Amino acid sequence: MLAQFYDPLLGGHVDGGVVAIVLGKTLVAFGLLLVSVILMIWFERKVLGDLQNRVGPNKAGPFGLLQTVADGMKLILKEDLIPDKADRRAFVLAPYLSAIPAFVTFAIVPIGGGFDGEHDGTVEMFGHTTFLQLADPPIGVLLMLAMSSIAVYGVLLAGWSSGSKYPLLGAVRGSAQMISYEAALGLSVVTVVLMTGSLSTHEIVLQQSGDGYGGIVPGWNLITTGFVPFVIFYLAATAELNRPPFDLVEAEQELVGGYSTEYSSFRFALFYLAEFMSSITMSAIIVTLFLGGPAGPTLVGPAWLWGIVWFSLKLFVFLFALVWVRATLPRFRYDQLMNIGWRVLIPLALGWLLLLATINIARDEGWNLVAVVAGGFVVLVAGWSALAAAVNVAQRRRETEEELVT
Amino acid sequence: MGYLDGFKVTFRKLFEERLTRDYTKDRGGKRVKPVRLHGRHVLNRYEDGMEKCIGCELCAGVCPARCIYVRGADNPPDDPVSPGERYGYIYEINYLRCIHCDLCVEACPTEAITESKLFEFSFTNRQDAIYTKAELVVGDDGRPRRLPWEDWSDLEAVESNTSAWMRATSPSGNAAYEGRTAWSGELGFGVRAPELGQTAEGERTPGEEESAAIFEHPHVPHGPVAGDDEAHGAKP
Repeated sequence: MLAQFYDPLLGGHVDGGVVAIVLGKTLVAFGLLLVSVILMIWFERKVLGDLQNRVGPNKAGPFGLLQTVADGMKLILKEDLIPDKADRRAFVLAPYLSAIPAFVTFAIVPIGGGFDGEHDGTVEMFGHTTFLQLADPPIGVLLMLAMSSIAVYGVLLAGWSSGSKYPLLGAVRGSAQMISYEAALGLSVVTVVLMTGSLSTHEIVLQQSGDGYGGIVPGWNLITTGFVPFVIFYLAATAELNRPPFDLVEAEQELVGGYSTEYSSFRFALFYLAEFMSSITMSAIIVTLFLGGPAGPTLVGPAWLWGIVWFSLKLFVFLFALVWVRATLPRFRYDQLMNIGWRVLIPLALGWLLLLATINIARDEGWNLVAVVAGGFVVLVAGWSALAAAVNVAQRRRETEEELVT
Repeated sequence: MGYLDGFKVTFRKLFEERLTRDYTKDRGGKRVKPVRLHGRHVLNRYEDGMEKCIGCELCAGVCPARCIYVRGADNPPDDPVSPGERYGYIYEINYLRCIHCDLCVEACPTEAITESKLFEFSFTNRQDAIYTKAELVVGDDGRPRRLPWEDWSDLEAVESNTSAWMRATSPSGNAAYEGRTAWSGELGFGVRAPELGQTAEGERTPGEEESAAIFEHPHVPHGPVAGDDEAHGAKP
């Protein structure tokens, strides 16, 4: 059963041509991500400027397009410092631990292919049938979760190995935040996996393609999972990326530069790169999981090209949303961050997962759907009130204890 | 929708006119600068090439940023640098400290130090930031020296005149201006005609008329340097 989701390229006899195609795809994916990072940094700065009624970079190249290249060259030519108190090996390793997961995650994202309900997302490439994605492991979604966990090490090791207090504080904050939101992230992904019945990204996209509901509303997981997991995933992903309003890791006003304070030159460039690369990768993952990735109708021309077009459009919407959120929302306080993570997102994700599972079982067993949904909501609300009451009681008890102490 | 109103605010900015303006150089040359723009200093000379600075150190004394360092010295009798008794032997301004307040210009009794309108200059080391006399004194043509790290690209906007200033002392010690605070308009290099005062333009007191006459037809006490007459001409 699982075998059919493998990339058909690797299913048969592996010869030189297959290896060449895989190498080519690797190079293209690598180059594509690097170029899009350069464009993303420019885009972010430009749009952020627009949203704040400024101009943004406009000196280097037309419309300031080469600003990122100029910045990168400047950073590489700068002196590379390693502090005396730093743990050298960890200090050198940390930036790569930040950058590589972003690359690896991008490998499982289907960036094109015909997903218009008639095609199965494969393309013909030099006589071989393959997917427009670097790799389609049967554990694709798990790989994504694993990689986002490894990215925590980048932040943690960078802060710890710097031998300096601000990076350490930033790293402690960062690891706590990323681990907290990892739970909500994972739970919302589970709903997608539950509805799709597969961990393969290609299969997840394939399930979302087609006519959907009456040919008007697309059959995206955004709708089949009931919108809530999408919101949770989006919030948790923003927190995972350490992007505003969850950028407590590098809160300039409090922590100088956060975990990357002691970094300079190329190592800093790597962190910078990793940050924006993760933004793109995470947006691509959201698009894949909840918005059908390259799924969409074919209007004219080849279907695989329209896959790329739809994917790019959806990705663009999310990249803009990331910048928009950054331009709008101020940073959360640390206790607010933890409250949202542990008291809102995780219970909500867990509850919604149980609700979806119940509905699935009810559908299989032929129970009365209306009664099941209503009952599920009642249970959810009851559980929620119980949780709120417990939190309230605990808070009051803590306050009285504080009074007793003082 | 209280929580989401902020998104509306930022989104609306996308379509508004930008408040930030392009750098003027990108839009058909620099703008003509305001008359009182305070830029990089110049040390002026008389038409005959004599330096105006007499090394009195009033500018250094008044400088709130303490960026001016002056040492005066007696003029060598056979080859005087300035028409007076003493001259500025060392004159340095540290532009890492200068706040361009123009107090030195106001304090100067001989109009030796004025400011140009050049403000686009940057240096790559601290030594370049300290301007010495060699860099500050105007050239033989009475114009500021153009140093390689300064942007003199748009001469009309930058180079035409010095910046206007308010006099705290009477110009060149002229008694008619004693105790009066008055404007000096934009003037060229060399001896400048005294200001009209803060009364309406053209209305001069008899004393002012008298001194203006002196300045407009300057008596050159030290004799012209050969071939310099044309080059050093003050603005009429």
